[in-house]
Amino acid sequence: MTDTKTMLTLRVNGDPHTFAAEPHHTLLEVLREELDLTGTKHGCELGECGACTVLADGVPILSCLTLPQQVAHADITTVEGLAKGPQLHPLQTAFAEEGAAQCGYCTPGILLSAKALLDANPRPTRDEIAQAISGNLCRCTGYTAIYEAIEKAAEMSAKAAQRV
Amino acid sequence: MLRLPRFRFVSPPSIEEAIHIRTEHPATSMYVAGGTDVYPKMKRRQFQPEVVIAIGGLVRDDFRGGTLAPLADTLPSVAEEGPLPLGPLPLGLRIGAGATLTEVAEHPRVREGYRALSIAAGLVSTPQLRNMGTIGGNVCLDTRCNWYDQSLFWRTAEGYCMKTHGDVVCRVATSSPRCLAVASADTVPALIALGAQINVVGPNGARTIDLAECYREDGINYLALEPGEIVTEIVLPPSDGWRSTYLKQRDRNSFDFPIAGVAAAVRMDRGVVTDARVAITALGSRPVRVDASALVGTKLDDEAIGAVADATHKAARPMDNTSGTISQRKRAARVFADRALRSLRDD
Repeated sequence: MTDTKTMLTLRVNGDPHTFAAEPHHTLLEVLREELDLTGTKHGCELGECGACTVLADGVPILSCLTLPQQVAHADITTVEGLAKGPQLHPLQTAFAEEGAAQCGYCTPGILLSAKALLDANPRPTRDEIAQAISGNLCRCTGYTAIYEAIEKAAEMSAKAAQRV
Repeated sequence: MLRLPRFRFVSPPSIEEAIHIRTEHPATSMYVAGGTDVYPKMKRRQFQPEVVIAIGGLVRDDFRGGTLAPLADTLPSVAEEGPLPLGPLPLGLRIGAGATLTEVAEHPRVREGYRALSIAAGLVSTPQLRNMGTIGGNVCLDTRCNWYDQSLFWRTAEGYCMKTHGDVVCRVATSSPRCLAVASADTVPALIALGAQINVVGPNGARTIDLAECYREDGINYLALEPGEIVTEIVLPPSDGWRSTYLKQRDRNSFDFPIAGVAAAVRMDRGVVTDARVAITALGSRPVRVDASALVGTKLDDEAIGAVADATHKAARPMDNTSGTISQRKRAARVFADRALRSLRDD
């Protein structure tokens, strides 16, 4: 098989990135190894754990099973794209305040699944939250603090919207 | 780190070109749509194609944006008219095979007229994988087995199995002349219960097949498609008068493959069943349509449901090659058929 690298441009967190990548490298490998965006985590790498979740045009997908060529026209959001400069996303603030991370390895993926949920459904029920993050395995927390943090982020966003 | 093996990725501009490339590399190429079945298996070296041909974008036009197409080609296309109003679908529904499972599960027309399909698509795997995986991919889903769905390291240590190495016995039943891997697609029994057909295009042209006839009792050659054929559309018959559901048993309720699945659909006219279909998955190497004729002419009474539940139990032939025990999964077939049919009663 050929080792020829392919030039690709991806739009990640609002910025275009042009790079040369091996055609068999996944979006996860490209994000971490070519773009130095290491917030997206390696987990099972087989589509089972959700640690590598990113958003493609706002939709959660698994970067470990996506080839960059397949999302060349999409806007990719990684956990690095959540904060606006020093201003954390409400989900990040709520996760920190509620202690929703223990080892923290699953947190980037869960933040992005939760962002997609809140963008589509600003006041989700507990069941809707559980469903939205059902593809993100957390082996530390037991999920309760994560549910509470997502609910808190929804409240924070609602209050912020009222102030505008 | 678990990297994909090296391969050439091609994204042809047309179905015809995709078929041409596939025909040029008959033994070393594979089609890929969402990649949720193909790529994990490439990482575990269960599949080792040298050329991967992307077809997902080529077979999704009819369903994008929530549109649907009338079956009769003579009618104006919905793409020109915009989405149809909700209500019975006298013409049926055509779904591009590249529609994602999320799109299928959440589409209002599917939810309303083809509920078993909406439920089944919504129970496949995780939200992320449903956003990536396609209905065509689920129809073609590879069969599964405890001896096959393992890492390369594990399989090498155990000496492989018949599914990847033809000179090795089936590890599930060493005297079996065929591979016993399990049909595991959730949407397939729902589609069979709903009377679906599929449109395929291949090197020898286009054809339409009843979905129930698309599978073989063989864990290796489980698809009765010709080499190079692409599933382009799922075609569902009119939904008027039909009600349907799908029940699934799995190890984890958050996400997992089925270890038993039952889909049921009945057509009711003034409270009386005029037609009925039941189909099962994960209880053998192929999805099976169960004889549900005992329901016709009844009001879904206990006796008729019991007869079909017994037939479902008889049709279930699980082997000891996925989670759960054989007896428990056979029992689940009976219980789920009973529950599914009861849930379709008027009350």
